[in-house]
Amino acid sequence: MLEYFQILGQEIYRILFLLVPILVSVAMVVWLDRRVWGLVQKRKGPNVVGPFGLFQTLADALKYIFKEIIIPASANKVVFILAPIVTMTLALVAWAVIPMSEEFVLSDINVGILYLFAVSSLGVYGIIMGGWASNSKYPFLGAIRSAAQMVSYEVSIGIIIINVLLCVGSLNLKDIVLAQKDLWFVIPLFPMFVIFFISALAETNRPPFDLPEAEAELVAGYQTEYSGMMYAMFWLGEYANILLMCAMGSILFLGGWLPIIDIYPLNIVPSPIWMILKILFLFFLFALIKAIVPRYRYDQLMKLGWKIFLPFSLIYLVLTASFLFYFDKLPKGNF
Amino acid sequence: MNFSRILKTVFLVEFISGLYLAIRELFRKSKTINYPFEKGSISPRMRGEHALRRYPSGEERCIACKLCEAVCPAQAITIESTERADGSRKTTRYDIDMLKCIYCGLCQESCPVDAIVQGPNFEFATETREELYYNKEKLLANGDRWESVLAKNIKLDKPYR
Repeated sequence: MLEYFQILGQEIYRILFLLVPILVSVAMVVWLDRRVWGLVQKRKGPNVVGPFGLFQTLADALKYIFKEIIIPASANKVVFILAPIVTMTLALVAWAVIPMSEEFVLSDINVGILYLFAVSSLGVYGIIMGGWASNSKYPFLGAIRSAAQMVSYEVSIGIIIINVLLCVGSLNLKDIVLAQKDLWFVIPLFPMFVIFFISALAETNRPPFDLPEAEAELVAGYQTEYSGMMYAMFWLGEYANILLMCAMGSILFLGGWLPIIDIYPLNIVPSPIWMILKILFLFFLFALIKAIVPRYRYDQLMKLGWKIFLPFSLIYLVLTASFLFYFDKLPKGNF
Repeated sequence: MNFSRILKTVFLVEFISGLYLAIRELFRKSKTINYPFEKGSISPRMRGEHALRRYPSGEERCIACKLCEAVCPAQAITIESTERADGSRKTTRYDIDMLKCIYCGLCQESCPVDAIVQGPNFEFATETREELYYNKEKLLANGDRWESVLAKNIKLDKPYR
């Protein structure tokens, strides 16, 4: 019995050691997002609370905590409350398999990438639940849009992942990173990286694909009826998801925790720092893109997903497979 | 769609030039200022918070001619006057409802003795409406507080009046 508690305590300690830094970095990343957005538009961005305004998000979070949670009379109470919890939990749960270095990973499972893909697909449920349970038109329309969008782009992300898996021969995220020791997949699979990146934008409802929360048409989309901490949880979940997508991108294409080149001054830098730098680089691109692009029209979004990305990634999949087969470079795993 | 357009679309040319533009602007100086810590320059003609001025001897300038009360388009000014022992006409009451005021500047234009003026102060927000019903004491206090700036602004603006 005592042993059981000891293991439980140890696991909780490990989980907290992962989750707390993620929540803190989500706060920092929101600041980075707003700051970059502001600077590109020649504003200052948040710069008052704390050094460089770094604590702005903490102040915002405090404000949300003290605000009243309003539940509309016609809302389905249980689902309404559940929706932000689902969104945030799913966004955080996925981090369990992200390897920050060769040994620093919470659960090193062999189907890591499938788990990641499954959890990020489930993320749409939080949004649908929120939109449906609000029982009002704007959240409902936003939720429908978001569901359709996420499902469409998940398909092309899936095929891009298969592309990478063909070159690796394993579903384990560690193996995926280690397979890039000589050459990051961003070089041979560059078009796939671009499509992955754009699909990730759509997957996380970022501009130019922020149709679910298109403020001009849908007020705030599925978040319209939410207030206080529940709204903040949606918001945290969204940013945790964005970070997750950046982490996924850096694992699949940018060589995860591996240094740029394996030479002396670069390879003594601790691996998690490389990983964090890569995630931040991708997030920086996310933030820049938010500042430069206008929003897509809905039919354009669907056309891009189904008529361009899907066939293109399928063709590239065939090309990769034929290349690997013809030059006998297929990964030799134990299967 | 012609061929070069397709090439542009496939290689995301416009997207990349947009990114380049964003990165370039990212490192340029921003056009906005840190407002509460830094303040923008204010013209001498700034029509901000009202003030009643005094002569250097300490005597009020206002002669209760009520031109400002008459000209005020929002009818925000209320004046009552009386004759003093020395025969001069002075105000007993000079109220401005700052909530009604539209900051048009007609009161200071109409004033023959430069008594009522609008100073450069625009940061006089309050927590209650009552605090914005200015009376004579408040306006005179404003005048005493801002006198150096007010006198300088009137001098600077003199050639254009």
